[in-house]
Amino acid sequence: MQSVGELLSRGLGLPFPGPVMGMLLLVVALRWPVVRSPVAACAGFLLSHLSLLFVPVGVGVMTHLGLLGEFGLRMLAVIVLSTWIGLAVTALVLHRLRGRRDA
Amino acid sequence: MPKFVELWIYLSATPLFGLTATLVVYVLAQAVYARLDQAAWANPVLWSVVVLAGLLTLTGVDYPTYFSGAQFIHFLLGPAVVALAWPLWERRLELLQRWRALLVAALAGGAAASGSALALGWAVGLPHEVVLSLAPKSVTAPVAMGIADKIGGIPALAAVFAVITGMVGALSSQALLDRLKIPGDAQGWMARGFALGTAAHGIGAARALQVNADAGAYAGLALGLQVLLGSLLIPLLFWLF
Repeated sequence: MQSVGELLSRGLGLPFPGPVMGMLLLVVALRWPVVRSPVAACAGFLLSHLSLLFVPVGVGVMTHLGLLGEFGLRMLAVIVLSTWIGLAVTALVLHRLRGRRDA
Repeated sequence: MPKFVELWIYLSATPLFGLTATLVVYVLAQAVYARLDQAAWANPVLWSVVVLAGLLTLTGVDYPTYFSGAQFIHFLLGPAVVALAWPLWERRLELLQRWRALLVAALAGGAAASGSALALGWAVGLPHEVVLSLAPKSVTAPVAMGIADKIGGIPALAAVFAVITGMVGALSSQALLDRLKIPGDAQGWMARGFALGTAAHGIGAARALQVNADAGAYAGLALGLQVLLGSLLIPLLFWLF
Protein backbone atom coordinates (compact mmCIF):
# COMPACT_ATOMS: atom_id res chain seq x y z
CA MET A 1 0.00 0.00 0.00
CA GLN A 2 2.73 2.40 0.96
CA SER A 3 4.72 1.67 -2.14
CA VAL A 4 1.66 2.38 -4.27
CA GLY A 5 1.46 5.82 -2.69
CA GLU A 6 5.18 6.27 -3.10
CA LEU A 7 5.17 5.23 -6.74
CA LEU A 8 2.27 7.54 -7.42
CA SER A 9 3.98 10.43 -5.67
CA ARG A 10 7.23 9.97 -7.55
CA GLY A 11 5.52 9.32 -10.84
CA LEU A 12 3.59 12.56 -10.56
CA GLY A 13 6.54 14.61 -9.35
CA LEU A 14 8.16 15.07 -12.74
CA PRO A 15 7.80 18.63 -14.11
CA PHE A 16 9.64 21.57 -12.56
CA PRO A 17 9.50 22.48 -9.67
CA GLY A 18 9.17 18.71 -9.27
CA PRO A 19 7.91 17.92 -5.79
CA VAL A 20 5.61 20.95 -5.53
CA MET A 21 4.02 20.13 -8.88
CA GLY A 22 3.60 16.61 -7.53
CA MET A 23 1.93 17.95 -4.41
CA LEU A 24 -0.59 19.97 -6.46
CA LEU A 25 -1.30 17.04 -8.77
CA LEU A 26 -1.76 14.74 -5.81
CA VAL A 27 -4.33 17.11 -4.26
CA VAL A 28 -6.30 16.75 -7.50
CA ALA A 29 -5.75 12.99 -7.66
CA LEU A 30 -7.13 12.59 -4.14
CA ARG A 31 -10.63 13.17 -5.54
CA TRP A 32 -10.37 9.58 -6.64
CA PRO A 33 -11.25 7.48 -3.55
CA VAL A 34 -9.01 4.49 -4.43
CA VAL A 35 -5.95 6.72 -4.11
CA ARG A 36 -6.80 7.94 -0.62
CA SER A 37 -5.96 5.20 1.85
CA PRO A 38 -2.47 4.32 0.52
CA VAL A 39 -1.62 8.02 0.29
CA ALA A 40 -2.90 8.69 3.81
CA ALA A 41 -0.70 5.93 5.26
CA CYS A 42 2.36 6.96 3.29
CA ALA A 43 1.93 10.70 3.85
CA GLY A 44 1.42 10.28 7.59
CA PHE A 45 4.63 8.30 7.86
CA LEU A 46 6.74 10.68 5.76
CA LEU A 47 5.42 13.85 7.37
CA SER A 48 5.90 12.62 10.92
CA HIS A 49 9.62 12.40 10.14
CA LEU A 50 9.84 15.52 7.97
CA SER A 51 12.45 17.21 10.13
CA LEU A 52 14.82 14.21 9.88
CA LEU A 53 14.89 14.67 6.11
CA PHE A 54 16.53 18.09 6.41
CA VAL A 55 19.47 16.83 8.44
CA PRO A 56 21.74 15.77 5.51
CA VAL A 57 21.36 19.19 3.79
CA GLY A 58 21.96 20.91 7.10
CA VAL A 59 25.21 19.05 7.67
CA GLY A 60 26.24 20.12 4.16
CA VAL A 61 25.67 23.72 5.19
CA MET A 62 27.91 23.34 8.23
CA THR A 63 30.70 22.07 6.01
CA HIS A 64 30.20 25.09 3.72
CA LEU A 65 30.42 27.63 6.50
CA GLY A 66 33.75 28.75 5.04
CA LEU A 67 31.71 30.37 2.25
CA LEU A 68 30.36 32.85 4.76
CA GLY A 69 33.93 34.02 5.30
CA GLU A 70 34.60 37.60 6.31
CA PHE A 71 30.95 38.66 5.97
CA GLY A 72 29.65 35.89 8.25
CA LEU A 73 28.24 38.01 11.05
CA ARG A 74 26.67 40.61 8.80
CA MET A 75 25.07 37.90 6.67
CA LEU A 76 23.70 36.19 9.75
CA ALA A 77 22.21 39.46 11.01
CA VAL A 78 20.59 40.10 7.63
CA ILE A 79 19.13 36.58 7.53
CA VAL A 80 17.77 36.72 11.08
CA LEU A 81 16.17 40.16 10.64
CA SER A 82 14.64 39.48 7.24
CA THR A 83 13.28 36.13 8.45
CA TRP A 84 11.56 37.89 11.34
CA ILE A 85 10.15 40.53 9.00
CA GLY A 86 8.83 37.80 6.68
CA LEU A 87 7.23 35.88 9.57
CA ALA A 88 5.67 38.98 11.08
CA VAL A 89 4.27 40.38 7.82
CA THR A 90 2.73 37.04 6.78
CA ALA A 91 1.16 36.34 10.17
CA LEU A 92 -0.18 39.86 10.64
CA VAL A 93 -1.61 40.17 7.12
CA LEU A 94 -3.38 36.83 7.40
CA HIS A 95 -4.59 37.57 10.90
CA ARG A 96 -5.95 41.01 9.93
CA LEU A 97 -7.69 39.73 6.81
CA ARG A 98 -9.48 37.07 8.86
CA GLY A 99 -10.33 39.45 11.67
CA ARG A 100 -11.96 41.97 9.36
CA ARG A 101 -14.16 39.37 7.74
CA ASP A 102 -15.44 38.09 11.08
CA ALA A 103 -16.15 41.55 12.46
CA MET B 1 40.93 -2.30 20.54
CA PRO B 2 42.51 -2.87 17.10
CA LYS B 3 39.37 -4.79 16.20
CA PHE B 4 37.30 -1.76 17.05
CA VAL B 5 39.52 0.43 14.93
CA GLU B 6 39.21 -1.97 12.01
CA LEU B 7 35.47 -2.04 12.41
CA TRP B 8 35.38 1.75 12.50
CA ILE B 9 37.47 2.02 9.35
CA TYR B 10 35.20 -0.47 7.63
CA LEU B 11 32.03 1.27 8.74
CA SER B 12 33.17 4.79 7.95
CA ALA B 13 34.14 3.68 4.44
CA THR B 14 30.69 2.35 3.60
CA PRO B 15 27.53 4.32 2.90
CA LEU B 16 26.13 2.72 6.04
CA PHE B 17 28.04 5.19 8.19
CA GLY B 18 26.27 8.31 6.99
CA LEU B 19 22.88 6.63 7.20
CA THR B 20 23.38 5.10 10.64
CA ALA B 21 25.00 8.18 12.13
CA THR B 22 22.20 10.41 10.87
CA LEU B 23 19.46 8.14 12.20
CA VAL B 24 21.09 7.54 15.60
CA VAL B 25 21.87 11.22 16.18
CA TYR B 26 18.41 12.29 15.05
CA VAL B 27 16.64 9.75 17.30
CA LEU B 28 18.67 11.03 20.26
CA ALA B 29 18.00 14.67 19.40
CA GLN B 30 14.31 13.90 19.01
CA ALA B 31 14.24 12.18 22.42
CA VAL B 32 15.86 15.20 24.09
CA TYR B 33 13.42 17.50 22.27
CA ALA B 34 10.43 15.47 23.50
CA ARG B 35 11.86 15.48 27.02
CA LEU B 36 12.08 19.28 26.96
CA ASP B 37 8.39 19.63 25.93
CA GLN B 38 9.38 20.52 22.37
CA ALA B 39 11.10 23.74 23.39
CA ALA B 40 11.92 25.74 20.25
CA TRP B 41 15.62 26.07 21.11
CA ALA B 42 15.97 22.28 21.39
CA ASN B 43 15.06 21.93 17.68
CA PRO B 44 16.12 18.40 16.63
CA VAL B 45 17.20 19.47 13.12
CA LEU B 46 19.57 22.09 14.48
CA TRP B 47 21.14 19.84 17.11
CA SER B 48 21.42 16.80 14.85
CA VAL B 49 23.22 18.98 12.32
CA VAL B 50 25.58 20.44 14.92
CA VAL B 51 26.40 17.01 16.42
CA LEU B 52 26.89 15.37 13.02
CA ALA B 53 29.06 18.21 11.71
CA GLY B 54 31.15 17.90 14.87
CA LEU B 55 31.36 14.13 14.43
CA LEU B 56 32.53 14.50 10.83
CA THR B 57 35.18 17.01 11.86
CA LEU B 58 36.42 14.82 14.71
CA THR B 59 36.57 11.61 12.69
CA GLY B 60 37.90 13.28 9.55
CA VAL B 61 35.14 11.80 7.39
CA ASP B 62 34.47 14.19 4.51
CA TYR B 63 31.03 15.35 3.47
CA PRO B 64 30.79 13.37 0.19
CA THR B 65 31.51 10.13 2.12
CA TYR B 66 28.89 11.03 4.70
CA PHE B 67 26.39 12.00 2.01
CA SER B 68 26.81 8.69 0.16
CA GLY B 69 24.91 7.21 3.12
CA ALA B 70 22.76 10.16 4.08
CA GLN B 71 21.46 10.55 0.52
CA PHE B 72 18.93 7.79 1.21
CA ILE B 73 17.33 10.10 3.75
CA HIS B 74 17.82 13.16 1.56
CA PHE B 75 16.04 11.42 -1.31
CA LEU B 76 12.82 11.19 0.73
CA LEU B 77 12.56 14.99 0.83
CA GLY B 78 10.93 15.06 -2.62
CA PRO B 79 8.21 12.50 -1.81
CA ALA B 80 7.67 14.23 1.56
CA VAL B 81 6.83 17.51 -0.15
CA VAL B 82 4.44 15.61 -2.41
CA ALA B 83 2.95 14.04 0.73
CA LEU B 84 1.98 17.51 1.97
CA ALA B 85 -0.92 17.12 -0.47
CA TRP B 86 -2.67 14.96 2.11
CA PRO B 87 -3.15 17.52 4.90
CA LEU B 88 -4.19 20.06 2.23
CA TRP B 89 -6.78 17.74 0.78
CA GLU B 90 -8.21 17.11 4.21
CA ARG B 91 -8.78 20.88 4.55
CA ARG B 92 -9.88 21.57 0.98
CA LEU B 93 -13.20 23.23 1.88
CA GLU B 94 -11.57 25.65 4.28
CA LEU B 95 -8.88 26.45 1.73
CA LEU B 96 -11.38 27.24 -1.01
CA GLN B 97 -13.05 29.77 1.28
CA ARG B 98 -9.84 31.48 2.23
CA TRP B 99 -7.72 31.37 -0.87
CA ARG B 100 -7.73 35.15 -1.42
CA ALA B 101 -6.48 35.97 2.07
CA LEU B 102 -3.87 33.21 1.82
CA LEU B 103 -2.59 34.39 -1.54
CA VAL B 104 -2.33 38.01 -0.36
CA ALA B 105 -0.47 36.91 2.79
CA ALA B 106 1.91 34.70 0.77
CA LEU B 107 2.71 37.54 -1.63
CA ALA B 108 3.14 40.11 1.13
CA GLY B 109 5.23 37.81 3.33
CA GLY B 110 7.41 36.56 0.49
CA ALA B 111 7.99 40.10 -0.79
CA ALA B 112 8.77 41.36 2.74
CA ALA B 113 11.25 38.55 3.45
CA SER B 114 13.00 38.85 0.11
CA GLY B 115 12.89 42.64 -0.12
CA SER B 116 14.13 43.21 3.43
CA ALA B 117 16.98 40.73 2.86
CA LEU B 118 18.04 42.60 -0.28
CA ALA B 119 17.75 46.01 1.36
CA LEU B 120 19.56 45.01 4.56
CA GLY B 121 22.24 43.11 2.65
CA TRP B 122 22.86 46.16 0.48
CA ALA B 123 22.80 48.48 3.52
CA VAL B 124 25.51 46.55 5.41
CA GLY B 125 27.69 46.51 2.31
CA LEU B 126 27.68 42.86 1.24
CA PRO B 127 29.10 42.09 -2.23
CA HIS B 128 26.58 42.21 -5.08
CA GLU B 129 26.48 38.43 -5.79
CA VAL B 130 25.99 37.73 -2.10
CA VAL B 131 23.05 40.16 -1.91
CA LEU B 132 21.49 38.49 -4.96
CA SER B 133 21.91 35.08 -3.30
CA LEU B 134 19.84 36.38 -0.38
CA ALA B 135 16.75 37.06 -2.52
CA PRO B 136 15.37 33.49 -2.68
CA LYS B 137 16.19 32.55 0.91
CA SER B 138 12.57 31.93 1.98
CA VAL B 139 12.18 29.35 -0.78
CA THR B 140 13.17 25.77 -0.01
CA ALA B 141 16.90 25.13 -0.61
CA PRO B 142 16.92 23.15 -3.91
CA VAL B 143 14.60 25.68 -5.58
CA ALA B 144 16.47 28.64 -4.03
CA MET B 145 19.63 27.41 -5.75
CA GLY B 146 17.91 27.44 -9.13
CA ILE B 147 16.53 30.94 -8.59
CA ALA B 148 19.88 32.33 -7.41
CA ASP B 149 21.52 30.88 -10.50
CA LYS B 150 18.98 32.63 -12.76
CA ILE B 151 19.40 36.08 -11.22
CA GLY B 152 23.20 36.01 -10.96
CA GLY B 153 23.66 34.89 -7.35
CA ILE B 154 25.78 32.02 -6.03
CA PRO B 155 23.72 28.78 -5.83
CA ALA B 156 25.73 27.13 -3.00
CA LEU B 157 25.47 30.29 -0.92
CA ALA B 158 21.74 30.53 -1.62
CA ALA B 159 21.29 26.99 -0.24
CA VAL B 160 23.26 27.88 2.89
CA PHE B 161 21.12 31.02 3.37
CA ALA B 162 17.91 29.06 2.85
CA VAL B 163 18.83 26.43 5.44
CA ILE B 164 19.91 29.04 8.01
CA THR B 165 16.69 30.96 7.35
CA GLY B 166 14.67 27.81 7.99
CA MET B 167 16.43 27.20 11.27
CA VAL B 168 16.07 30.81 12.41
CA GLY B 169 12.36 30.64 11.62
CA ALA B 170 11.86 27.30 13.39
CA LEU B 171 13.76 28.50 16.46
CA SER B 172 12.27 31.96 16.89
CA SER B 173 8.78 31.98 15.36
CA GLN B 174 6.96 31.04 18.53
CA ALA B 175 8.50 33.81 20.63
CA LEU B 176 8.08 36.36 17.83
CA LEU B 177 4.44 35.50 17.05
CA ASP B 178 3.54 35.42 20.75
CA ARG B 179 4.89 38.94 21.01
CA LEU B 180 2.80 40.02 18.02
CA LYS B 181 -0.25 38.66 19.89
CA ILE B 182 -1.18 36.06 17.28
CA PRO B 183 -3.58 33.90 19.32
CA GLY B 184 -3.17 30.18 20.01
CA ASP B 185 -6.66 29.24 18.77
CA ALA B 186 -7.60 27.59 15.45
CA GLN B 187 -7.32 30.90 13.54
CA GLY B 188 -4.06 31.71 15.21
CA TRP B 189 -2.60 28.31 14.31
CA MET B 190 -3.51 28.90 10.70
CA ALA B 191 -1.69 32.27 10.67
CA ARG B 192 1.29 30.87 12.58
CA GLY B 193 1.70 27.83 10.35
CA PHE B 194 1.27 29.84 7.19
CA ALA B 195 3.86 32.38 8.34
CA LEU B 196 6.35 29.62 9.16
CA GLY B 197 5.91 27.98 5.77
CA THR B 198 6.19 31.34 3.99
CA ALA B 199 9.26 32.69 5.78
CA ALA B 200 11.03 29.46 6.77
CA HIS B 201 9.97 26.88 4.08
CA GLY B 202 10.39 23.17 4.87
CA ILE B 203 12.30 23.44 8.13
CA GLY B 204 9.65 25.84 9.39
CA ALA B 205 6.91 23.51 8.13
CA ALA B 206 8.51 20.59 9.98
CA ARG B 207 8.42 22.61 13.19
CA ALA B 208 4.80 23.65 12.54
CA LEU B 209 3.79 20.01 12.00
CA GLN B 210 5.30 19.03 15.34
CA VAL B 211 3.43 21.75 17.19
CA ASN B 212 -0.03 21.58 15.62
CA ALA B 213 -1.61 19.62 12.72
CA ASP B 214 -3.48 22.65 11.31
CA ALA B 215 -0.39 24.81 11.52
CA GLY B 216 1.51 22.06 9.69
CA ALA B 217 -1.03 21.85 6.87
CA TYR B 218 -1.00 25.60 6.31
CA ALA B 219 2.78 25.65 6.50
CA GLY B 220 2.87 23.01 3.76
CA LEU B 221 0.56 25.09 1.59
CA ALA B 222 2.64 28.23 2.24
CA LEU B 223 5.83 26.38 1.37
CA GLY B 224 4.32 25.29 -1.94
CA LEU B 225 3.04 28.79 -2.72
CA GLN B 226 6.47 30.30 -2.02
CA VAL B 227 8.08 27.82 -4.40
CA LEU B 228 5.62 28.73 -7.14
CA LEU B 229 5.62 32.50 -6.50
CA GLY B 230 9.36 32.68 -5.82
CA SER B 231 10.45 30.76 -8.87
CA LEU B 232 8.12 32.82 -11.08
CA LEU B 233 8.29 36.31 -9.59
CA ILE B 234 11.88 36.73 -8.35
CA PRO B 235 13.51 36.10 -11.77
CA LEU B 236 10.75 38.14 -13.46
CA LEU B 237 11.30 41.16 -11.21
CA PHE B 238 15.05 41.00 -11.73
CA TRP B 239 14.55 40.74 -15.45
CA LEU B 240 12.28 43.80 -15.43
CA PHE B 241 14.54 46.04 -13.38
